Amino acid sequence: MLKHLLAHVAGHGLVLFVRMVTAPRAIWAGIEPIPRQRVYFANHTSNADFPLVWAVLPTFLRSKTRPVAASDYWLKNRLRAFFGRDVLNAVLINRNADNRDPEEDPVARMIAAVDGGASLIIFPEGKRNLTEDPLLPFKTGLYHLARARPHVDLVPTWIDNLNSVLPKGEIVPVPLICTVTFGPPIHIAPGEDRDIFLDRAHRALAALNKASET
Amino acid sequence: MTAPAEFAQLFTGLVLALLGATLVAAALRRWWRAAGPENIIVETVFARINAWWAMVVLLSLAALFGRIGVVVLFAFISFAALREFLTLTAKRPADHWVLMFSFFVALPLQYVLVATGGIGLMTIFIPVYAFLFLPVLAAVRGDTASFLARIAETQWGLMLCIFAASHAPALLWLDIPGFGGKQILLIAWLVIVVQGADMAHFITPRLMGRTRIAPGVPHSRTWEGFIGALGTGAVLGTALAWITPFAPWQAAIMAVVVALLGYGGGMVMAAIKRDRGVADWGHLIPGQGGFIDRLDSFVFAAPLFFHLVQFFWTVG
Repeated sequence: MLKHLLAHVAGHGLVLFVRMVTAPRAIWAGIEPIPRQRVYFANHTSNADFPLVWAVLPTFLRSKTRPVAASDYWLKNRLRAFFGRDVLNAVLINRNADNRDPEEDPVARMIAAVDGGASLIIFPEGKRNLTEDPLLPFKTGLYHLARARPHVDLVPTWIDNLNSVLPKGEIVPVPLICTVTFGPPIHIAPGEDRDIFLDRAHRALAALNKASET
Repeated sequence: MTAPAEFAQLFTGLVLALLGATLVAAALRRWWRAAGPENIIVETVFARINAWWAMVVLLSLAALFGRIGVVVLFAFISFAALREFLTLTAKRPADHWVLMFSFFVALPLQYVLVATGGIGLMTIFIPVYAFLFLPVLAAVRGDTASFLARIAETQWGLMLCIFAASHAPALLWLDIPGFGGKQILLIAWLVIVVQGADMAHFITPRLMGRTRIAPGVPHSRTWEGFIGALGTGAVLGTALAWITPFAPWQAAIMAVVVALLGYGGGMVMAAIKRDRGVADWGHLIPGQGGFIDRLDSFVFAAPLFFHLVQFFWTVG
């Protein structure tokens, strides 16, 4: 009970902090912020990506939206576990395929969350992108999820400038403006090949990067 | 700081003028909506009138808290402008210390210098100290890719958003014989002249036609807008000479100078926006883009206005 209240307060505090530091703006380009079940798939450059996407969503969407995050990062200490599990209500998955129970299968966890009525935020690159490439190749999780629940909107979500706010290895964020661009949703076609689908999703997300530059 | 009598009169006049403008604009909007779709000019004028309301209310509220209130207001404006500016400049991860220095050291220190009346140091802190220290801070990190562009653009941002903007509250520390305690009126005069000229630059071409100043400059830069801006600035500035230490003819010259600078400032900032491919600097003020979009001309005019007043009107 107390923990629940604390998580609620911490959640609002987190949103307020993110808003003050990054003055974030949501750009809804080809999709509206309406209460539909969605999977937001985003580029990943910083540990603050989750809080940022989470903070720009309207409150009525935020409460139903769960980030999909790596358990090795978010369960590392009690504070992270509190924020990951209780505040962000993250779907925690084990990235280490060699060393996990079959019931820890990431795709099964995501499907279970979707069946529970949640929207998801996922990073299909699978890890933070620390290269000069704007977008790394996608892992296959997005494909398996789309195949299993083809009715859910898959929303490409481009996060811009957060990497300048807090580059890797820095501790103090600088207050630059960030934008989060939500693009038109995509769906898997019946019988669509895995690589073709992933390539299509990749291009849908990369296109938002170019759009945000003009 | 006790509010001078002129301040109350000016405040009343501004509120009445804005009430009138708001009513006229609302009537126009109503009439236009009845006729057809929304009119972009009426909507823009409406947004600008709202910005005037915000400026009058904010500056008056700040003045209630005396000089420190005004300094804090401009420190926040500088912060918002610097954030918008440095979001668009060239930078790499190695610039993180430079950015931290800009936001967390240069900006607060500059306004502390203003607030403590350290006017001499305030006018050289960013052009000298920050100018020399910033590139060292960048070089220490070792990343030399587009080094000159990175430090030059950052320094330009500091000059514009902190150095130039901080000259407005610094006016409060000028020692003008017979004008003690009334310096806030100089800020009000500068805001009214520059923003009035800015608004005339927007409206005049729409009423009187467009003759482009030169091929190649943006189509919003017209002779009609230029002359309208300077004329409106001169008329407003002269009409308000009674709130300043200037004689009417001096006020007219000052008004033309600051209107000219404001016009140039708007052009420069528009050029940067075009180069970076953005329509606005930010989105903080609904319907008008960011802080810089509204304040570019004011920020350009403030330092020269400060130095002219200091040179010709102060003692010592």
